[in-house]
Amino acid sequence: MKNLIDLEKKINSELTTKINRSEIKHNQIYLETDKDDLIDVVLFLKTDNDTKFRQLIDITVTDYPEKNLRFEVVYLFLSHEHNQRLILKYTIAENEIIPSITSIFPGANWMEREVFDMYGVSFKDHPDLRRILTDYGFEGHPLRKDFPLTGHTEVRYSEDQKKVISEPVKLEQNYRNFDYESPWEGTKYIKEELENNDKKN
Amino acid sequence: MTKKIKNLNLNFGPQHPAAHGVLRLILELDGEVVEKADPHIGLLHRGTEKLIENKTYMQAVPYFDRLDYVAPMNQEHAFALATEKILEIDVPIRAQYIRVIFCEIGRILSHILNVTTQAMDVGALTPTLWGFEEREKLMGFYERVSGSRLHANYFRAGGVHQDLPQGLEEDIAEFCETFPKIINDLESLLTENRIFKQRNVDIGIVTKQDALDYSFSGVMIRGSGVPWDLRKSQPYDCYKQLDFKIPVGKNGDCYDRYLCRIEEMKESVSIIKQCLSKMEKGPIKSLDGKISPPSKKEIKQSMEALIHHFKLFTEGYRVPKDEIYTAVEAPKGEFGVYLISDGSNKPYKCKIRAPGFSHLQSMDYLIKGHMLADVPAVLGSLDIVFGEVDR
Repeated sequence: MKNLIDLEKKINSELTTKINRSEIKHNQIYLETDKDDLIDVVLFLKTDNDTKFRQLIDITVTDYPEKNLRFEVVYLFLSHEHNQRLILKYTIAENEIIPSITSIFPGANWMEREVFDMYGVSFKDHPDLRRILTDYGFEGHPLRKDFPLTGHTEVRYSEDQKKVISEPVKLEQNYRNFDYESPWEGTKYIKEELENNDKKN
Repeated sequence: MTKKIKNLNLNFGPQHPAAHGVLRLILELDGEVVEKADPHIGLLHRGTEKLIENKTYMQAVPYFDRLDYVAPMNQEHAFALATEKILEIDVPIRAQYIRVIFCEIGRILSHILNVTTQAMDVGALTPTLWGFEEREKLMGFYERVSGSRLHANYFRAGGVHQDLPQGLEEDIAEFCETFPKIINDLESLLTENRIFKQRNVDIGIVTKQDALDYSFSGVMIRGSGVPWDLRKSQPYDCYKQLDFKIPVGKNGDCYDRYLCRIEEMKESVSIIKQCLSKMEKGPIKSLDGKISPPSKKEIKQSMEALIHHFKLFTEGYRVPKDEIYTAVEAPKGEFGVYLISDGSNKPYKCKIRAPGFSHLQSMDYLIKGHMLADVPAVLGSLDIVFGEVDR
């Protein structure tokens, strides 16, 4: 389909209950679905003649630690035939296992491994779910918002043991995260303090 | 008497000159035939995405140079376009031309490196020496415009950092005159070379379907006969006003990909020439003082400019809450940035989509049934740079 609005209508009418929300923004379609409908939705998007999103561009996750359903899983698709991009999303709670789409797109293999490595989201029916970017024996999931920027361990060569060892991070100076936003309006903690003082008075 | 035959596991890399960086490839060999390849990546993982989440938008740009360090500005371009789209700012036409010129220079840089090192992997040393002389000139242009040969940090949301220094336009134009001859020289060494062809023709064939399934892009998908180039199909900046062709392969083997890269370099030269002739004097960055810093002269004279300057380099600019995926046609394929902003001065999330990641993934399927000696040839034609694969 040439037109994004037509495409949105078509997807909504074909998949009806499986799409929770759809939106057109920046010349792309944003869809929201549920974990259980994922495979059906992806299969439809890939095979239907009017959609033909035959290429998976990327899979990623956004972490919102303050929310109940913490992770938002994002799939980016591209249709060469119709020259359109589509973003498919659904939210899951921590420790939820989500379906793998490697059987539909073999290229999803490493992308899902990366998501598993970086966010600790597990996939069902993935052929080879190992860590990919982090070191052998790494612990934790670095792109979660509660993972510190400096990490937990550092490696060095130990002259005594004659091998590379990993130890807890020891910083000469702590990482300083300056809150640069609008210094003259008072950074967040000053604001809070002022508010507290106001309440007390 | 029966002999028991066992497959041999071979560890290729992480320090192997033909691995193009730090790739550890575990190969399962049956004699000399590769049965299985398992790439272990991540040895160059620096946590770029995590770092970007902790930096302001302006501070995030240099991290993009360090991804695909052979064509730094193409990466910056993707990030600049993503922030511009969310901020809804226009880029002055001269800035667009400058950006396109340097993206095409990046493309030539990357393709020279790839074509010549691929030739070196299969046994030809001369192309590397000739090609690197040209790369040196191009990096000279990088240095003159940004102050750095590799890590340019030159593109900004809303334009570029500085205007071209005097004389650079003429020198780039002169390069465009001399460079086609070098491409011809390289071609005379390789294109009809018997050994080069024996090592590349019909090696690592990618079918159209597989190119789609494995999320290939760039030369990897064009080599297999899919005419897909983001500069044409989803034009960004001033590519719409330029006239260029997209070379497409037929067989999808290593040799076709080599030919595509050679042709693309010629097209890049023509694009640069067109840009130089169409470019006019004018502003090189957005005139919105909330986003691009004022000139030194203005700071001395205007209080408002001084405030803008101070605010921009302490707080940075805030980007409204939004999310967007933007992609550019980097030399290696579709390089994309999936940016989520939350209204503050730092990106909430910035997922980088590196083309090499998907390409390297298919190593197992590409190399199955080939000989051990074909591994460097296939790896070379995938055009892998570990800065972007590992991020």
